[in-house]
Amino acid sequence: MSQPKSEQYESSKPLVKVKNLVKHFPKRGGVFNQVIAKVHAVNDVSFEIRKGETLGVVGESGCGKSTLGKAIIRLHDPTSGRVIFDGVDITHLSRSRLRPIRRRMQMIFQDPNSSLNPRMTVEATLREVIRLHKIVSESEMRSYIDGLLTKVGLRVDDRGKYPHEFSGGQKQRIGIARALAVKPEFIIADEPVSALDVSIQAQVLNLLMDLKDELKLTLLFVSHDLKVIDHFCDRMLVMYLGNVVEEMPCQDIHATAKHPYTKALLASNPITDPDQRGELVVLEGEVPSPYDPPAGCPFVTRCPIATDRCKTENPPLEDRAGNHRVACWEVKE
Amino acid sequence: MAEPSPILQVRNLQTSFKTDRGMVTAVDGVSFDLFSGETLGVVGESGCGKTVTNKSIIRLLPEHVTRYGDDSRILFKDRNLLTLTESQMRDVRGNEIGMIFQEPMTALNPVFTIGWQIDEALKYHTKLNRPERRDKAIEMLRLVEMPNPGKRIDEYPHQLSGGMRQRVVIAIALCCNPEVLIADEPTTALDVTIQSQILRLMDKLKEETGTAIILITHDLGVVAQACDRVIVMYAGQIVEIAPVRDLFHNPRHPYTRALLDSMPKPGITGHQERLPAIEGTVPSLFNLPSGCRFHDRCQRAKSDCKETLPALVSITENEHAADGDQTVQHGVRCFYPLEGVKS
Repeated sequence: MSQPKSEQYESSKPLVKVKNLVKHFPKRGGVFNQVIAKVHAVNDVSFEIRKGETLGVVGESGCGKSTLGKAIIRLHDPTSGRVIFDGVDITHLSRSRLRPIRRRMQMIFQDPNSSLNPRMTVEATLREVIRLHKIVSESEMRSYIDGLLTKVGLRVDDRGKYPHEFSGGQKQRIGIARALAVKPEFIIADEPVSALDVSIQAQVLNLLMDLKDELKLTLLFVSHDLKVIDHFCDRMLVMYLGNVVEEMPCQDIHATAKHPYTKALLASNPITDPDQRGELVVLEGEVPSPYDPPAGCPFVTRCPIATDRCKTENPPLEDRAGNHRVACWEVKE
Repeated sequence: MAEPSPILQVRNLQTSFKTDRGMVTAVDGVSFDLFSGETLGVVGESGCGKTVTNKSIIRLLPEHVTRYGDDSRILFKDRNLLTLTESQMRDVRGNEIGMIFQEPMTALNPVFTIGWQIDEALKYHTKLNRPERRDKAIEMLRLVEMPNPGKRIDEYPHQLSGGMRQRVVIAIALCCNPEVLIADEPTTALDVTIQSQILRLMDKLKEETGTAIILITHDLGVVAQACDRVIVMYAGQIVEIAPVRDLFHNPRHPYTRALLDSMPKPGITGHQERLPAIEGTVPSLFNLPSGCRFHDRCQRAKSDCKETLPALVSITENEHAADGDQTVQHGVRCFYPLEGVKS
């Protein structure tokens, strides 16, 4: 690859724009079931995804990465902020107005066991979405479905089988086929390989990579696995407790990561080389409760370089050199 | 480092289950030794038999559907665990062999405080009285680096985070000073920053107590960071056994090599390049291929691989091997192993 992909996309226009997106979940309780607390799942997040680009979102459980993906596709309604898809503000569109847009954006879920209907054959599953969005006529249906199955590496005679007849990797291929059935431009993949074994993970990542190139897809790739994000994506957002703490190109991230949390994530990932057994733990403590986030920077309770200012003021996500944004008072350059 | 005489010997373990579709053999001819003070990793993909092997050792499989092979033996302190009665086994389990499971939430009882649950193990396996047991429970929580143990002991599992729950499970497993600790995917359900805390804790406890650990995992990174020796399993059999450095720098079985290659490695795998995936899937235990169980996915397979099952043979080149030091043995189950690299 002669030119870093992130630079190729610089000129192309953004397909998805997210502006100051906030998603709170109420916690109810007490006698009258009032709202007694709020989970700050996504806190004032803004970014763009350019056409043809793959943006990774990485973070630990509860950091808001899945909520972010679901809020973009309107599986969750955002509390405030805007989501603009190809120039159209879809934040408040009605269900019927949303449907034509939903055809252009699809989602691949983590657990193919719970996202496929166990009582529907592969063909019935695919037929349902194809009919709903009127992708092809009934007479072309059969050959269209066969084409889809071939494309995701399944056999044509798998058409009549039920989900339980497939292995985990094959089920994920069905999930991918269902997402591709409506010819989308934008795909949100929420931990698509996390439930799979390493050897199958590589197969599915390769498949996604091929499909992305062939169909010129734009992707939002959500994962807790920094190795996978680093390998697969052009750029990534690092989230912590609902906040984006760093946004950077996925090129040589070990050398370029600036935020102390990103560095800690990199260092905690066990290296597959017994000669490089380092001091494993770099982060003490645990993620604070999202009901009661720290007042200043969300990472302040575990940060090795925190100062007094970090306890009271949340640092904004600021531009740095090289397509880089960092939210940290102590990272100066 | 490891002592020359093994604390646990598994010999030709064969574990089969009675199912609606007939008998299925999940573990087929597994033999290995465990030495005190070492961490032995067991790695493989789902369904390869790593969990069944270890549940056979502690006999936690449902007895009415489980059959062990006639010449299978699990030797622990001059006894064959497979022939013990359930009540004899109960004295071994939790007392001499401790266990940690993947899901700390399901391993703990949600309706009792964590203090009660540690106490249960102590009540059964020690002669301490009640106040002594409480002191011991607090001491155990302190040992596993639980913050504020005097207060936490009266809390319920739902009040703790995943990482803290796993610390409680480790405390229960260790409270009777077991000689062997079986940890089945202990960090898989945890976030990576918490995973590294738990791995460090297990390493520290091993140093302090000399417990031998069997660490079951699918994560090669965890193996590289935490284990001394490694067993690689595929479709119910050991395909390679080696000291951790040899396994990563000098893997000899094509499956081990392929597993290592299929992980994205920052700086080594080219960015956004195709990963060298292993084609196909793990064979179904109901329909195992003839010959070598890996042959239909193996690029080096020749015609005899399809007909004859290769044996697990020693290919040790290490100079200490001649002294009979088992801990440096490198074994592989392959007719055409990969070229060894001189270190």
